[in-house]
Amino acid sequence: MPSLRLQHLRARHVGPIELNIDAGECVCIHGASGSGKTLLLRAIADLDAHAGDAYLDDQRCSQLQAPDWRRSVALVAAESHWWGERVGEHFEGEINASWLQQLGLPEAAIDWQLSRCSTGERQRLALLRTLMQNPGALLLDEPTGNLDQATTYRVEQLLAEYRRQRQAAVLWVSHDSGQIERVAQRRFLLRDGRLAEEERGLRCT
Amino acid sequence: MHVINLSPLDLAIAALLILALAGLSLRLRLGVERQLLTSAARSTIQLLLIGLVLKVLFDNVHLAWVALMAGVMILVAGREVMVRQKRRFIGWWGFGVGTLSMFISSFTVTVMALLLVIGTSPWYAPQYAIPLLGMILGNTMNGISLGLDRLTQDAAQKRPIIESRLALGQSWQQSISDSRREAIRVGLIPIINAMSAAGIVSLPGMMTGQILAGTPPVEAVKYQILVMFLIAGGTGFGTVVAVGLAARRLFDERQRLRLDRLSQPGK
Repeated sequence: MPSLRLQHLRARHVGPIELNIDAGECVCIHGASGSGKTLLLRAIADLDAHAGDAYLDDQRCSQLQAPDWRRSVALVAAESHWWGERVGEHFEGEINASWLQQLGLPEAAIDWQLSRCSTGERQRLALLRTLMQNPGALLLDEPTGNLDQATTYRVEQLLAEYRRQRQAAVLWVSHDSGQIERVAQRRFLLRDGRLAEEERGLRCT
Repeated sequence: MHVINLSPLDLAIAALLILALAGLSLRLRLGVERQLLTSAARSTIQLLLIGLVLKVLFDNVHLAWVALMAGVMILVAGREVMVRQKRRFIGWWGFGVGTLSMFISSFTVTVMALLLVIGTSPWYAPQYAIPLLGMILGNTMNGISLGLDRLTQDAAQKRPIIESRLALGQSWQQSISDSRREAIRVGLIPIINAMSAAGIVSLPGMMTGQILAGTPPVEAVKYQILVMFLIAGGTGFGTVVAVGLAARRLFDERQRLRLDRLSQPGK
């Protein structure tokens, strides 16, 4: 039951930030562009140099090998990037067929050529790419940014199921206040490098 | 066989070509006459000087002098590798990566050739050691600077992809593997091309020189083959080492991509 804890985390103009996300909890962050939301997620994933530390349960980021940490505390970037020709090359094993279906993708998607995928298809596939590694904490940077309303709901639903089943801690950056109402148990505004908790909206689950 | 000595007059006749070309450039407003003349003058002076240096070196065969000469050559080559990079590493790494890998590959290959293949006595006989090292170094320098340039450019360009791979928990080696492979390949292409074209499209300069100096063609060819192989070995291993070191330097101890360790292009 992994919980994510940030202690005095500081990266460039963001922080110091203290935050606890319980196992199975979803916390949303919003804020103006340039406020450092992406920077914060990158620092938690240890892709950028930072002060302070992050813990997954009692495992400290700086004491784990960086790849191991990033496997357990997985960042899904706003834009998806691919290095191979076909979708399947980017997955270590199979793709969970029911997840594909849930996101409105056919099973044959594993053989698709990436150059022919739409931005929205790639975004969903990138999410699955990360989920297939079964991370204990998820750092999501606008995971539905390029999706229509119906597909957005599908993604929200899949992520909620994953979170409950895996008891994963989820940190979700979103611009959409409706989405924040739907998915978050707690919501924060990132401004001037600090997190301010806001009135809780509707509970999800 | 005897070498026909060239008199200063002979060289002056050849220099007329340069002057004529400069005149043409002036006439056609190509604007390269000044560069042409200065580079011609530079090469004359540099070559005359190195001729004198080599003469002294050959007259005073001593390991220390040979080592000093080799050291100067490698430092100059290291600087050349550095200035050819669009994005070079900041600080000592910019000079160090290329120089260290040239030192490892060119020196090893040259010493190996002197000791095991040619078997000169003493093994550091400057007549063999300096030209061999020069040829290997010159080519290795090309391979390394091409490879390094490709690697750093590629990493800067593919930053989002590399970071996606890191975010998926891949090691730095995996994340940069495509760029690294490509960079090594690019560094090796010139010598592979030179080997396949040798003798058909081009007569390599060294062999031509030997033949002009009166060496029987088949002997000259054997030396040329030896030199080609040495160059390929030096370039290949040098590029692999340089690109490997540089790739390592692009990541820090937490396996983060550190493009801030490179200078901006054009600065």
